[in-house]
Amino acid sequence: MKNKIRVLRAEKEMTQASLAEETGVSRQTINAIEKGKFDPSLPLAFKISRLFGRSIEEIFEYEY
Amino acid sequence: MKHQNETLTARCKKNTVNQAIWTVSWLITMALVAFGHKYLWDYNTTLSVIFIAVNVLIGIGMIVANIRYINALDEMQRKIHLEAMGISLGVTIIMGLGYSMLDITNVISYDAEISHLVVITALTYMGGIFINNFRYK
Repeated sequence: MKNKIRVLRAEKEMTQASLAEETGVSRQTINAIEKGKFDPSLPLAFKISRLFGRSIEEIFEYEY
Repeated sequence: MKHQNETLTARCKKNTVNQAIWTVSWLITMALVAFGHKYLWDYNTTLSVIFIAVNVLIGIGMIVANIRYINALDEMQRKIHLEAMGISLGVTIIMGLGYSMLDITNVISYDAEISHLVVITALTYMGGIFINNFRYK
């Protein structure tokens, strides 16, 4: 699954650590999500989307 | 939301310490049973049963502490541990039964000890966690 977290984080001038802090996960988890190595759960995807003020579909794109 | 991760870090630290205490306690009672019956209470069956019961009860506490530790992790860390456990369980069953067959068929000259299997379980679990941490890096 592709995502725009890195871009949105850069726009907000947030570090991986601060995003991790805001969403209640480890920095390693944020890094793995950004790299597409780990797909977040729905609750975590909602937390991220709320934080950036976007819908889940705007941030995450499922690769068929 | 900010204190969520502070809670996560604090919770992980607290549960790691808690798990370490239970594990060390379990090991101490295990050693007490293993050596105590010979050096401390001169093969007294009642005392052996009591200390084995204490060891098992502390072992149950250790299992509960381990469950709490896993639940305190975030979703990706839990996945890392789950996969490592899967590898460890599979290897333990396959290697354990294979090792037992080696003993039954007298291919090995010594008895297949359960302690050897515990070492395999621990090593594969640690290896699984190491590999998965690298994979999700």
